[in-house]
Amino acid sequence: MSEFTVELRDVVKRFPTPEGGEVFAVNHVTLQIRNGEFFSMLGSSGCGKTTSLRMVAGFEWPTEGEVYIEGRAMGHTPPFKRPVNTVFQNYALFQHMTVYQNVAFGLEMEGAGKQEIARRVGHALEMVQMTGMERRYPKQMSGGQQQRIALARAIVKTPNVLLLDEPLGALDLKLRKEMQLELKALQQKLGITFVYVTHDQEEALTMSDRIAVMSQGKVMQMGTPVEIYERPNCKFVADFIGTSNFMEGGVKSLENGRASVFVPILNAEVTGYAAENVSVGDEVAISIRPEKIRLADKAGLTQNCFEGTVVTTSYIGSDTRLHVDINGLTLKVWEQNKISSLDPAAYYTVGQKVWLTLFPENTLVLPKD
Amino acid sequence: MNPYRRSLFIKIATVLVYAFLYTPIIVLIVFAFNSSRTNVLFGGFITQFGPLVMDGSTVVQSPCGPFHWFCELGKNAEVMNATKNTLTIAIISTLSSVVIGTMAALALQRYSFKLKPFSQLSLYIPIVIPEIVMGIGILVLFSQVFTFLNGAFNLAGDSRLTLGLPTVIVSHIAFSIPFVTLVVQARLQGFDKSYEEAAMDLGANELTTFWRVTFPMILPGVLSGGLLAFTLSLDDFVITFFTTGPGSTTLPIYVYGLLRRIITPQVNALSAVWVLVIFSIVLLIQKLQSRAA
Ligand SMILES: Nc1ncnc2c1ncn2[C@@H]1O[C@H](COP(=O)(O)OP(=O)(O)OP(=O)(O)O)[C@@H](O)[C@H]1O
Ligand SMILES: [Mg+2]
Repeated sequence: MSEFTVELRDVVKRFPTPEGGEVFAVNHVTLQIRNGEFFSMLGSSGCGKTTSLRMVAGFEWPTEGEVYIEGRAMGHTPPFKRPVNTVFQNYALFQHMTVYQNVAFGLEMEGAGKQEIARRVGHALEMVQMTGMERRYPKQMSGGQQQRIALARAIVKTPNVLLLDEPLGALDLKLRKEMQLELKALQQKLGITFVYVTHDQEEALTMSDRIAVMSQGKVMQMGTPVEIYERPNCKFVADFIGTSNFMEGGVKSLENGRASVFVPILNAEVTGYAAENVSVGDEVAISIRPEKIRLADKAGLTQNCFEGTVVTTSYIGSDTRLHVDINGLTLKVWEQNKISSLDPAAYYTVGQKVWLTLFPENTLVLPKD
Repeated sequence: MNPYRRSLFIKIATVLVYAFLYTPIIVLIVFAFNSSRTNVLFGGFITQFGPLVMDGSTVVQSPCGPFHWFCELGKNAEVMNATKNTLTIAIISTLSSVVIGTMAALALQRYSFKLKPFSQLSLYIPIVIPEIVMGIGILVLFSQVFTFLNGAFNLAGDSRLTLGLPTVIVSHIAFSIPFVTLVVQARLQGFDKSYEEAAMDLGANELTTFWRVTFPMILPGVLSGGLLAFTLSLDDFVITFFTTGPGSTTLPIYVYGLLRRIITPQVNALSAVWVLVIFSIVLLIQKLQSRAA
């Protein structure tokens, strides 16, 4: 068997538009999802997440390229012959069947015996903590409960891959957080591959082993949550995941993965980690996260250190969030309040002169999109 | 509290609407118990049981008592035959048009094809054009086809193709299909295809998906469509009039025939039974639907 449970090779999906044109829902996507991994597809609305997932499930066929599941090319294999199961965003529970009948449906299709069905349905309901709900109809349950039944219905068939399309989208924040932990625990317990679609970056970061960040039908970056957050490979990802400050400039020199960039607005050179596809002479974006900028009253390094004026400050408890102006460029800076103090002098005030240090290891030099 | 005031005007209007709609039916049913043979005058109820005694055109005593005209109806072979024809036509045409109409509705929902806007529009045509035009059209069609076939196969005498029960059934199927399709389509409006996808995802093939998931979900629509087709077929006069032949008389045609001769309270008795049957069907379907929901 292949190392990858699910693989998309150069997949394109075009839909005809009513105007007679075509829209690229998925544009040359290549993805490899490993066995047993919690893989998320993250992106804003309309970026092609659902379409990608539906092509794995078999509800849509790629216009070009190929989907592989467990090393087998899927071609036009219908959904009922694919070894994957789906949890739908709207749950899609059969309204005219009880919870028991809903969960048993997939097993019945396999031709399992009555006793085996009863045993496995019981087990699946136990996994999602819904024992005792067998005789209810979907309409007689809350959204969160329906969500669990939808999950039970999909895992009862013990698929190797579970596809989940924003399964927590309709739940309130608190329940969402609980379910995130539960889903993650369930995945580890079952040891199966989860392919999870979400537009919530926090959800993706907390749950996933790896994330594919998508935009306009393309995968922009694929990596672990730490890689995605700490080493975004382009301006889009740096902007989309978390918060970043950006400056523009041209690459002057490049050595050992470090780039020196002349930033006109600062009239100075800034050094930072160069992303892979950056070369000398490129117009680039410099990106640094607000919590990674060091503020001080005095100049620190001789390089990557600039004087600015505090424009706004807001105290939010754990942090103080400031806007600092350098030559008309406003940077966001988040200072963690590590020391408890009631003295106003312990905090920065508006109009105060400060020195900002952009440590080269925290500063990223990224290609402009 | 309901924020809407119930003014006197609304009350009066309501009573008037009910009076206007139901008085004819009530009068009709009351006259079914009329002791007078002439249907215009109400001669009081028949109160005495026993062998038939008549006084002029008034029934004084009957073996069935007040239900005299219902008994007469039961003995009337023509009525029984017409009833049999009507039910045969209604049942066959309902079943066929439900199957065809539902399939059409599903096709129009699922697929997009070149002639789709035209197909959708063509559903309304049989509904909006005057029934008499449709009746004449069907008659012309049948007579042309039959003339051709009789000539081509040298059919003569009894083996000749003529108008009869089959032609009535075919034309009833034809005019019922659009009604069924439109009713089922309305039900499909809010139908989310993710239910079918979920079934397939769980291992059901297309056929199983249809019978286990799609069909139960659209069943209320299919039942309403079927009920509509059934009642339309039961009381259709115009199209039946053009396509019926000897021996395939239906109840509406029979009653119309009676009206031109004498109207005895038998007609009322027949109508009363008819109203009762249709009313029961409607109640039944409503009960089924509310249970499904
Ligand atoms: N059946 C379809 N016909 C035409 N266009 C479609 C179809 N399905 C999706 N699209 C288009 O493809 C693009 C991607 O859609 P998709 O549903 O995959 O987005 P998504 O990333 O899941 O977004 P969301 O977060 O809003 O669910 C969109 O521009 C959408 O309009
Ligand atoms: Mg989506």
